[in-house]
Order: sequence, then structure tokens, then C-alpha cells
Amino acid sequence: MTSLTGTLPLTRFIMRRDRIRIFVWIVAIVALAALTAVGIEGVFPTQAALDQTAAATAHNAAAIAFNGAAQGLNSVGGQVAFQFGAGGMVLVALMSIFMTGRLTRGEEEAGRLEVVRSLPVGPHANTLAAGLTVSAMNLAVGVLAAAVLIAQGLPAAGSIVLGASFTLVGLVFGGVALLMAQVTENTRVVYGAAGAVLGAAYVLRAVGDIGDGTLSWFSPIGVAQKARPFADERWWPLLLLVAATVLLVVAAAALAGRRDLGAGLLAARPGPPAAAPSLGHPLGLAYRLQRGALLGWGVGVLVIGISYGWIGPTVDSFIGGNKALAELLAGAGGGSLTDLYFASSFRLIALLATGFAIQSALRVRSEETSMHADLVLATPVSRWRFATSHLAIAFAGSVVLLAVAGLATGLTYGLAGGGMGSVPRLFGAALVYAPAMWIMVGLAIALDGLAPRWVGASWLILAACLIAGFLGPVMGLPGWVQDLSPFERVPQLPAAPLTILPLLVISAVAAILTLVGLAGLRRRDIGRA
Amino acid sequence: MPNAISTSGLTKRFGSTLALDGLDLSVEAGEVHGFLGPNGSGKTTTIRVLLGLLRADSGEVELLGKDPWHDAVELHRRLAYVPGEVSLWPNLTGGEVIDLFGRLRGDLDPRRRGVLLERFQLDPTKKTGSYSKGNRQKVALIAALASDAELLLLDEPTSGLDPLMEAVFQDCIREVKAEGRTVLLSSHILAEVEALCDKLSIIRLGKTVERGTLSELRHLTRTSITAETVRPAQNLTDLAGIHDLEIDGAQVRFEVDNDQLDAAVGRLAELGVRSLVSHPPTLEELFLRHYGDELAMEPERVERERDSTPVRR
Repeated sequence: MTSLTGTLPLTRFIMRRDRIRIFVWIVAIVALAALTAVGIEGVFPTQAALDQTAAATAHNAAAIAFNGAAQGLNSVGGQVAFQFGAGGMVLVALMSIFMTGRLTRGEEEAGRLEVVRSLPVGPHANTLAAGLTVSAMNLAVGVLAAAVLIAQGLPAAGSIVLGASFTLVGLVFGGVALLMAQVTENTRVVYGAAGAVLGAAYVLRAVGDIGDGTLSWFSPIGVAQKARPFADERWWPLLLLVAATVLLVVAAAALAGRRDLGAGLLAARPGPPAAAPSLGHPLGLAYRLQRGALLGWGVGVLVIGISYGWIGPTVDSFIGGNKALAELLAGAGGGSLTDLYFASSFRLIALLATGFAIQSALRVRSEETSMHADLVLATPVSRWRFATSHLAIAFAGSVVLLAVAGLATGLTYGLAGGGMGSVPRLFGAALVYAPAMWIMVGLAIALDGLAPRWVGASWLILAACLIAGFLGPVMGLPGWVQDLSPFERVPQLPAAPLTILPLLVISAVAAILTLVGLAGLRRRDIGRA
Repeated sequence: MPNAISTSGLTKRFGSTLALDGLDLSVEAGEVHGFLGPNGSGKTTTIRVLLGLLRADSGEVELLGKDPWHDAVELHRRLAYVPGEVSLWPNLTGGEVIDLFGRLRGDLDPRRRGVLLERFQLDPTKKTGSYSKGNRQKVALIAALASDAELLLLDEPTSGLDPLMEAVFQDCIREVKAEGRTVLLSSHILAEVEALCDKLSIIRLGKTVERGTLSELRHLTRTSITAETVRPAQNLTDLAGIHDLEIDGAQVRFEVDNDQLDAAVGRLAELGVRSLVSHPPTLEELFLRHYGDELAMEPERVERERDSTPVRR
């Protein structure tokens, strides 16, 4: 028996067990690429339209910060790479992180790997099987994305480079997750740490692309974009990604060889023998269980806020005398480009921070499926108190994250030359998204109360909101579809005036959903199924 | 005595599986009641109904005179629960978890907590994620035993404990009983139930199949007798209620229905008894009687296994 005995049966087993998950990830990402390509042909039907938008975008620091350097924008292919490239790479990276974490540390933490390892299976077989699965998924995304773009009539070289970027960025982040899975004992921490690396990669690229481009070379996403799909492709930057993947996997293998099954590299330290006074009521418990996640997300939005604030003063200077962009702005309601930039920044930050809000609301469900809820509910704690304690963290945490983002953006913008007078304005522009985040909390708990098996749909709804907000316009989605997302209904401060009514309506819907969910939770059985 | 727990005709269906099929259970206040059944017979489902975590589809259920579904919070001030599979928050220490449960219930006795930590030899500074199954079980047991709950619902509470800790657990339950508290002890460890319980209910496939005191239930089964007699025991062959008779010269081995015990011993005495060993029926035999038919597909094999089952105590 070698250290890899059993790899192939394990790989087949993973592919069978996770076949729906694997299928959905691949199809969703490839479909988004195809829809973006179709949409762009519709939005810019003539070369003149492409030339006009290319000229405008070259001076749009906001768009560059979100999407990447302006390259090849006067072609449909270049637009696809610009509009969907960075977002697609983030999606592929998330796919790799979640799949790798789940198949390696997740299996180990659940104790299932122990059973597998007791069979005649080599010590590294499960890791290799997970790696093969994730690699195959990334390869499928890359090949299929390139194929659908070529089928749309886009140049083959550019389509293949873009497809290869997806595959390789996915592999790099699979490697990051694999490394993290060796260091910590906790799958949630693996997701958090690898997600933080992904966030840093995205932000480094944004700051680099706005500046002289140097920082972008430190980001896998930035490096992939340096391969310039549809804009005089060059292949060698992709080799850097291959090298990074190899390095990460070798490092992970070295660490894996030095630890015991179930253990992390960081040994667990003893903790307090008695509980702090705050750990004596359900709210204290909920805070204790969620504070790590809140802190992690807080640091994340802090870094994004600082980056976006830092880019802020550059935005107006980019415009110069660009007429096309000025016309575009006039059409968008007349706000300044800086204001529009901040409006989309906060919309993006709010959508990202909703990841915390949903995770936090679904803690009510995960406490139940992990059987922790049984123990708490067997004490004189009502279901209402149990659930509202976690929801309180979700609701308040949403506001905290928005406040951190608003303050970080405002203060950095002020220090970078935008003037401190903007701080309250930007703070308010961030906070205005709180009701939209609450709706997602309400949706999550409503699903938990009424259809607990389907709570995962909360994440699909968030993904739909992200697509509606950022790809909707280029995909040519009708306005009413985009407006289904509560994030599009929020007044887009600071570019638009503050209107209270939509905020009240959104808050009311959030409250109703929450009450419906709580009522359902009080009426149904508690348990795993 | 008022009943601490009483259910009648309890049913609960999960999809197409009928988990409880008219279950009856009554536990008097102050008794330690054994709740026996093989895996999947509905013990945990019953306890989760008693906790108000599940709502029964039909049937009556009363806990300490209240309805466990509607009065859950009020009832939970008066009871403590230990699940069979204790799942704790991995980044909290054992000590933190014990305090948390004590404070949520509102009756943590710090002195008793200290004594129990000592008796169960649990290190409260370790994160529960690094605990073994047995140690997680100890956390839940200490949290329950450190309370003054008048009713303890224990669902296979010792499944991960070693024999030493099992003995500590049994001492603790005897103390709880001496204080007049009520215990529902679900188990499939027969020795534990025999050692602790005043009464027991045996369930299978979601139904109560037997209930009563240990001695009442023993009437339902046979006593095994091994004897050495002066003359061979040929006079037993025609006696009713004798089973599995083996005569090997002076040695005789048989099982006898308890209502025929007197007659059988009388016949032995006529032969001149040199030695006699008798075993009362064990719970295991009771168990086999109820579950033997699970192997009804192969009736002969069941007979053979039943006959060859050695009597263990």
C-alpha cells in the first residue's frame, strides 16, 4: 500500500456524493460568462457604441477599480473580459475555496475522514482525491467558458486565455484553502482565512490598477488580467499562476506530513475553567459564537473601505475633459462621478457584508443541525429567545459592518485629499443599506422557519442580487428584474437624494419576514431533518 | 404517587417512518425508571417529545402535570437533560459549557459543580473540540447533576464512559434518587438498568412491549438451573414448563417457567441433590424474548442462538 492507495475510488465517491453541487457551480459560472457575452452584444450593437464606451471607461476610475485595467475595451471580447473577468475569477476562487475546505478539513473535522482512513486507504489519498476533484471542476469551468465564448463568435485566443485565467485562479485559491486546511482545525476558519486572501487579492488589484499597476502583480486576479485576454494576449503571466499553485500545494503537503489526523498546526491552548459573566444568557452565547466571524468580516470591510476611500480622490481627475463619460453621467441622474463611484462602492460592500448577515442568521439553523440547539432549548430558553439572540447579532452586525465601511471610506477619502467634510455624508451613504441587508436576514430566517431544508437558497438569492446589481446592465436584464433586488431599491447615496419611503418599506418587509420565520420556528419540530 | 411522566398512545411519524406507534410510558415521581429498547426503537424520539422539541402527531403526553409542547420553558426550569450524543461548541471549554447551562437554567450550585468535576475527573480548561466522546458526555452529565432539577431525562448517558466513570455515574444516580428526584434513564446497557432502576419499560418499533418492576418482569421468564443429583433426573422429562433439558449422567441442566419452579425443584429433591446453581432471568433474556423475533426471517437460527446464549451477569 502506498500513501496514495484508494485515490481513484475516493475521487469517484466524492464526484458522486457532490455531483449536484459540482454541477451547479460549473454551470452557474459558465452560464454567467455566456450571458455576459450575449448581453454585451445587445448593449453595444455597433462598433461606434463600443468605441464610445471604451473611450469613456478608460477615464472611469470607478469602473477600473471594480473590474480591472482598461484593455481591449473597443471589442466585445474585451468588454466580456472587463465586465465578467474579475467577478468570474472571484466566483471560481470561491468555488475552489468552498470545495477544497469542505472535502479536506470539513471531512476531517466531522470525523468522517477517520472512518475512511481506517480502510486500506493511503494517508494522502483523500487530499489527492479532493485536489483532483477541485482541479477537474476548475478545468471544466475554463474549458466550457472558452467554448461558449468561441461559440458566441469571439476570437479563440482571447477566449482560451480568459478560460485559462479562470482555471488557474481557481487552482491558486484551491491551493490557498488546502494550505489553510493544514494550519487550523476548524473548517470555518479555513473559509475565513482563504476568503481573506481572496479579498486582499481583489483589493490589491483595484489599488494597483488605479495606480501604476505594480501592486496588481501581487494579486492572482491582477496577474491573470495581465495576460490581456482579447487585447494582444500574452501567455507568460499565466505561468506565474501555475508556479504559485505548485508552491502552495508543496507547502500544504509538507505541513500535512508533520501533523496528526484531526489536529492543526496550531495546537489548541487551554481556555478559562469557568465562564465569563456574559456567557450566561442566550444573547451572550450568540455573541460569543459569532464574534469571531463578525471580527473577520469587520476587518474585511475595513480594508475594502480604506481601499475605496483611497481611490476616491483619483476618480474625478481621471475624467479630465472626456465628453463621452460626461454625457453618460448626465444620463445617470447628474451626480458627480465620485458620488456615483461611492454609491456603487457601498452597494458592493453592502452585498458582500450580507454574506455575514446570512451566515449569522443561518446560525439559528446550523445550531439546530449540529444538535447544539437541543441542549439550549432543554433549558428554560424559549425558541423565540434562542432564535432572536442570533438574529440580534445578524441585525446589529449588519449595521456595524456598514458603519465600519462608511467610516473607513470617509476617513481615508478625507485624508487622501477629498476633504473631511465628506465623512458624515459617506457614513450615511453606507448605513442606508442596512434595511436591504435586514431583508436578507429576514429571508434566511423565513426559510428556516417554513422550509428548513431550503435555507441554502438564501445564498442563491444573494448571488442573484449581486448579478442583478453588477452584471444586470451589461447582461441587458430588464429594469423590473433588476429592481427585484432590495439593494437596487435603496436610494443610491451619495449620488441620489435620500428618500425615506423605500427604506421604510424595505424595513417593514424585513420585519414581516422575520416574524413569519419565527412563527414557523415555534410551530415546527426541532431537529436535523 | 403522582406521575412525573405519563404518555399514552403517543405516535410520531417522520415521512414514511413511524417512529412512535402508540407509545405508553408512565414514570412515578421519585423513581428511577429504565427505558430500554434497541437502536432505532424510538427512545430518543420519545425523550425529544418530552422535551417539547418534537410535537407528537397524536396521543397524550404530560410531564410534571404540564404539556411539554406548550409549557416547555416553564417545565425546563424543573428538568435537566443529557443527550446520548453530546455535541458541544468546539471552541468553548468544558467549564464554560457547564457554567452556561447552569446559568441558563438558573440553579448552578458552584460547590456541587466542583465536587462533580473532581468525581468525574474532567479538566474544565480544555476546549470541548479536543474532548473525547466520553468527556463530552461528562460535561453534559455534570451540568445536569449540578442542577437541582426534580426530573432528569438521560438518553443513554453513559455510552462513552469507561467502567470507572460508569460506577461514579451509578453512585450519582443513587444520590439523586435518595434526594427524591425522578430519573428517566434510557439505555441499552442492561447491567446499568438492573443496578439502578426501580421500574422499567421496554419498547420496540415505537411501542411499549413490557413494563413493570424488575421482579414483575422476571415472572415472565424462566430460571436456569444446573444441578448434580444422586440419581439421573429422568423424572423431569414429563413435567410441563421445562425447556432445553440436558441430562448428562448425574448432571442436569434445564430452564423452567417461573410458575413451575416449585414443582421442578420438588422433583429434583426426590432424586437427592448434591449441588444446585440457579440463575434468575437476566434482562438480557427478557430482551432476547422481545427482540428475538427481529430475526424472524430465519426462525431456526433464532432458536439456536437463543438456546446457546450463555447466561451472563
